[in-house]
Amino acid sequence: MSTPANTASTGRLGRLLALVPYVINRDTVAVGEAAAAFGITEKQLIDDLNLLWCVELRAPDPYCPIDLSYEGGEITVAEAESIARPLRLKVDEAAALLIALRTLAQIPGLHDRDALSRVIAKLETAAGAAASVAGQVAVEVGGHGDRAHLAVLREAITAGRRVHLTYYVPARDENTERDVDPMRLLVVEGATYLEGWCRRAEAVRLFRVDRIAGLTVLDVAAQVPEDAEPRDVDGGLFRPSPRDESVTLDLAPEGRWVADGYPCESVEELGEGRLRVVLRTPDTRWVRALALRLAEHGRVVAPASLAAEVRAEAARALALYENV
Amino acid sequence: MSRRKTERLLNLVVCLLATRRYLTAEQIRRAVPGYPEGAEAFKRMFERDKEELRELGVPLEVGSDRTGGGGEETGYRIPPQDYELPEIHLGPDEAAVLGLAARVWQRASMADAASGALLKLRAAGVETGDAPDPAAVVGVEPRVDAGDPAFPALWEAVRDGRPVTFEYQGVGRTSSARRHLEPWGVVSRRGRWYVVGHDRDRDGTRVFRLSRILGAVVPDGPAGTVTVPDGVDVRKIAFDSGEPVGDPRPATVRLRAGAVQGPRRWARDVRPAGDGWDGWDEAVLTFRDVDRFAPYLARFGGDVVVLDPPDLREAVIQRLKAALAVNGS
Repeated sequence: MSTPANTASTGRLGRLLALVPYVINRDTVAVGEAAAAFGITEKQLIDDLNLLWCVELRAPDPYCPIDLSYEGGEITVAEAESIARPLRLKVDEAAALLIALRTLAQIPGLHDRDALSRVIAKLETAAGAAASVAGQVAVEVGGHGDRAHLAVLREAITAGRRVHLTYYVPARDENTERDVDPMRLLVVEGATYLEGWCRRAEAVRLFRVDRIAGLTVLDVAAQVPEDAEPRDVDGGLFRPSPRDESVTLDLAPEGRWVADGYPCESVEELGEGRLRVVLRTPDTRWVRALALRLAEHGRVVAPASLAAEVRAEAARALALYENV
Repeated sequence: MSRRKTERLLNLVVCLLATRRYLTAEQIRRAVPGYPEGAEAFKRMFERDKEELRELGVPLEVGSDRTGGGGEETGYRIPPQDYELPEIHLGPDEAAVLGLAARVWQRASMADAASGALLKLRAAGVETGDAPDPAAVVGVEPRVDAGDPAFPALWEAVRDGRPVTFEYQGVGRTSSARRHLEPWGVVSRRGRWYVVGHDRDRDGTRVFRLSRILGAVVPDGPAGTVTVPDGVDVRKIAFDSGEPVGDPRPATVRLRAGAVQGPRRWARDVRPAGDGWDGWDEAVLTFRDVDRFAPYLARFGGDVVVLDPPDLREAVIQRLKAALAVNGS
């Protein structure tokens, strides 16, 4: 297992071994450009170059196998001998790229499927044996919804046009009508989303493409405000707000899936497979629906008013069954 | 990490790449600056260095050649053909796709591995350019999160062909259980990760969801001892549950007008319910499995009434009664 300490040293060693071929393959590279490519400061890069320049073998005869210069801010490598080529890809490295490329390949209506297949083939050849295990990891990309919608949204983004959406909100079980200035299409957590400036909310919103019930491209230019920030989706899609209401549920073993399926603020084992979870939500209507769906496998502990709502709703439904 | 150590390791790589013969530890000590004088201290440091090079992916070959200076003593070398990344040339369109692929992983180990790979490919002459405009390349930007705590250990186990053991809490189980698995692959659907393999306890193929693994995934045998049977498609195993699903059946339901938007998207024959049911529609929904469909309908509470078939109607009523009882004050 790698410890953080040796990862740091091998990290720098890996960079040094890549730096020499990087320069050789480009004849000459500006210090600033190389530093940017490796994600380090110019000072760090100069330090790396000095370290490479110091490489020395003492036996049988002392000699310095690497000769380079960075005079005038331009790096050239005159002699690099055995480290003129980059190190082979590790299994992890080959797999990370190949799995990602195959994930891209699942996106319907890809512009450049041909280039993608060529990259996969070339990378497999270059990675050799390291490529084989990548096939044992797969990421399925679904939730595209209507493929025609996806194509229309792509065109709207390219053409910079506003769209009108009829958008289904399952939490409230209602269709909403809104105008959106599209920004980009994303696949996050396995589902495809449109990110755009929602003119109704006057904020950046993500819309799941498979929940778009109706879509029209408007004859209006999209106007995304200058200060509209794309959502940072890397921290997860769910953003609890301090204003959200806190809901506590006790789950039977059969209801444990709730902890997998919904973002929980806390999850506590109660023994015998039972869980207590705390959710935060701006709108408790979906929790009421969840409690009805869970039935005996879940109980609303708090707030008491929500438990009362669940009872009232169940009673209202049962009363209807009395009549038919 | 010390500059001296990086320098020593770099010297070691250059030295072992430059040699055709196997170099003994003693020859290496004389050629590479920075090793200590004492035999024991040298041995310990050299062992650590070899481990670090392997960690970095440097192919260190161990062997001996009779004609070499070391006689039959074990020596080391790095064969350049095993060390070097083969030539790879990518056109601008291909390089742009590659740049996008490197940004797919959102966090942690796989994101680092992808950047590492990209660095080597750039060193090989590939020009990925600055961030390519994803809209121009594929039109959609996919992001994959491998932030599940169990992911790194399971990926390493799959990669190295190593059996593992972990504590697992299945849905519907009253307690967790220690499981022993020969992992074949890891797959993700709808943002959720699953591991597929041969379950040693149950002597059969099983699928485990990573989020239900409690605590650490630990090795349970040597590397290289897991064999993935020929023809195994891990994705197929994970997602074709093989559970028998009933034939599709029609259900006649009443839906409150203006509500129940979800099911309305696939409802058939939606029409006003009539006689005494003002403000209600009647419709036909198709379902296969009562045990799955009844909870789905129950969530709509008093906005849905099932008329037919009787088993579905009864199942929904039972769930509503249970919800009423369990949430009682």
